[in-house]
Amino acid sequence: MKQFLIFIKKEFAHVLRDRKTLLILFGMPVVQILIFGFALTNEVKNAKIVIMDQANDIASQQIISKIRASRYFEIAETIHSPQQIESAFKKGNIRLALIFPAQFNNNLMHQHLAQLQVIADASDPNNATTLTSYISSIIQDYATGIAKTSNIPYRISPEIRFLYNPQLKGAPNYVPGVMALVLMLVCVMMTAVSIVKEKETGTMEILLVSPFSPFKVIVSKAIPYLILSLVNVTSILLLSVFVLDLPINGSILLLFAESTLFIITCLTIGIFISVKTNTMQLAMLISLMGMMLPTILFSGFMFPIENMPVPLQVISNIIPAKWYYIIVKDIMIKGLGFSAFWKETLILVAITVVMMVISLKSFKIRLS
Amino acid sequence: MSEIVIKTDKLTKRFGDFIAANEITFKVNKGEIFGFLGANGAGKTTAMRMLCGLSIPSSGQATIAGFDVYKQTEQIKKNIGYMSQKFSLYEDLTVLENINFFGGIYGLTDKELKTKSAQLIDQLGLQLQAKKLVASLPLGWKQKLSFSVAVLHEPKIVFLDEPTGGVDPVTRRQFWDLIYDAADRGVTIFVTTHYMDEAEYCNRISIMVDGVIKALDTPRNLKDTFHANNMDEVFYELARSAKRSE
Repeated sequence: MKQFLIFIKKEFAHVLRDRKTLLILFGMPVVQILIFGFALTNEVKNAKIVIMDQANDIASQQIISKIRASRYFEIAETIHSPQQIESAFKKGNIRLALIFPAQFNNNLMHQHLAQLQVIADASDPNNATTLTSYISSIIQDYATGIAKTSNIPYRISPEIRFLYNPQLKGAPNYVPGVMALVLMLVCVMMTAVSIVKEKETGTMEILLVSPFSPFKVIVSKAIPYLILSLVNVTSILLLSVFVLDLPINGSILLLFAESTLFIITCLTIGIFISVKTNTMQLAMLISLMGMMLPTILFSGFMFPIENMPVPLQVISNIIPAKWYYIIVKDIMIKGLGFSAFWKETLILVAITVVMMVISLKSFKIRLS
Repeated sequence: MSEIVIKTDKLTKRFGDFIAANEITFKVNKGEIFGFLGANGAGKTTAMRMLCGLSIPSSGQATIAGFDVYKQTEQIKKNIGYMSQKFSLYEDLTVLENINFFGGIYGLTDKELKTKSAQLIDQLGLQLQAKKLVASLPLGWKQKLSFSVAVLHEPKIVFLDEPTGGVDPVTRRQFWDLIYDAADRGVTIFVTTHYMDEAEYCNRISIMVDGVIKALDTPRNLKDTFHANNMDEVFYELARSAKRSE
């Protein structure tokens, strides 16, 4: 036990003395969260729109002033002909056009149903989705407002024109995604590199000749990264709650328990890579290409898995990050309990056990 | 003769069709400095790895400090020290931290570590560098420190794999002083080297060619047998018959 502690202490010294590693370890998650977080919110805030008001009546004016008051939109200009819409979009900085038909208020008052048109620049589909859902909710809000005071079910139906991408409804998806990505990177790459480094410098041989068993060497190499990764999880969660205003709806304890499981999965993959490679460069390359890329592609965080060809969908099932991503989304965003994702948890456990058995086996083979 | 600490009998290691070490048989006595010579690829490292418990022999017998290389590798590991040709301390730890780490994983108590590290630093004259990173030391000092760390837990046998590669002659001489000190304390030294002047410092040497031990005797006797003036000639005489190289 004492040997264990000595070893872990030494491992921490390695990490804490290497400024570059430290920077990657603790700087990267913060930077990623902030970049992802503010890149998304900044785009949506103050989006430039044009309005063509053919009605120019009380209802259209009230909706326009509501839009003007919202921090999401900035009315760039008011236009008077359909031709101007096209030219406004061609300028490039206009994200959305809102068109009120003539008789807008009239229709609303007499038929209790008015229509208006929303045209979004869908060259950036995610952005377009977010903006149209914002503007629809402002319009809906107005409709419910007048309906309440008069007891007549006024309805305004916005006709939205662009390709709707149902996968990108919730903006906060990136926090679970970044968590999966960061843990994958820290655990897989750092563990693999730190073990292979000992092989490269020859200290691994000294350790193997010592009475400290190979199994213990591996475990005590992994423990510091487990602890550091939990620190990372904490800092990501703190950032998302206090800087990005994204609350954790489910159990924090459960979130940490599932994160620990995923970290262990990643650590076993890192150990596996380190057993199979002999140079730090190769270990790093395999971690990046073999782990990071599939994580980004197949976790569902950036690209919806449902839209992929079936063979790729099948492949995505062996990517641990996919399951972790689902679990974190369920806990953080949907606030669900364990019964909702016990299957995903079981899959992660299975992947971990299989990786552990394979890497321990190959580690032994290497020794003989 | 005194106690035998290394004893091998027809020890063999095969990798597929390739026989890296072929029926190696020898004995090493306690406190002896045993030189293990051979050209690159002759099978020295393979043989040494088997003796350290890092590699399981294909056939044959061997006991190290009385323990069997097949079944008692754990006990063997407790009783040996090892220093490889690569410098193998942690460069990003200080001299003291390295001593404490390696002493620690061999199970030395804090008290033992304290006296031993003080002693070691004194002996090597590293008082000023004790709290500096190992990376800042010159290579010669690193190798001396490496050796001292390898014998810190007072092993019965210490295996040195080309310990003085790339080290200047003066430091090499100092390094051998450390080896003699250890041997005087009863530690058995098992050393591989490519420097023939170092071979002369050994009590006995064996010369391996193509996985087989071709000669084993004291340096003087070997020179007599091969009618040679120095070990260089003995080595050349034997090694030029080698068929395999790296």
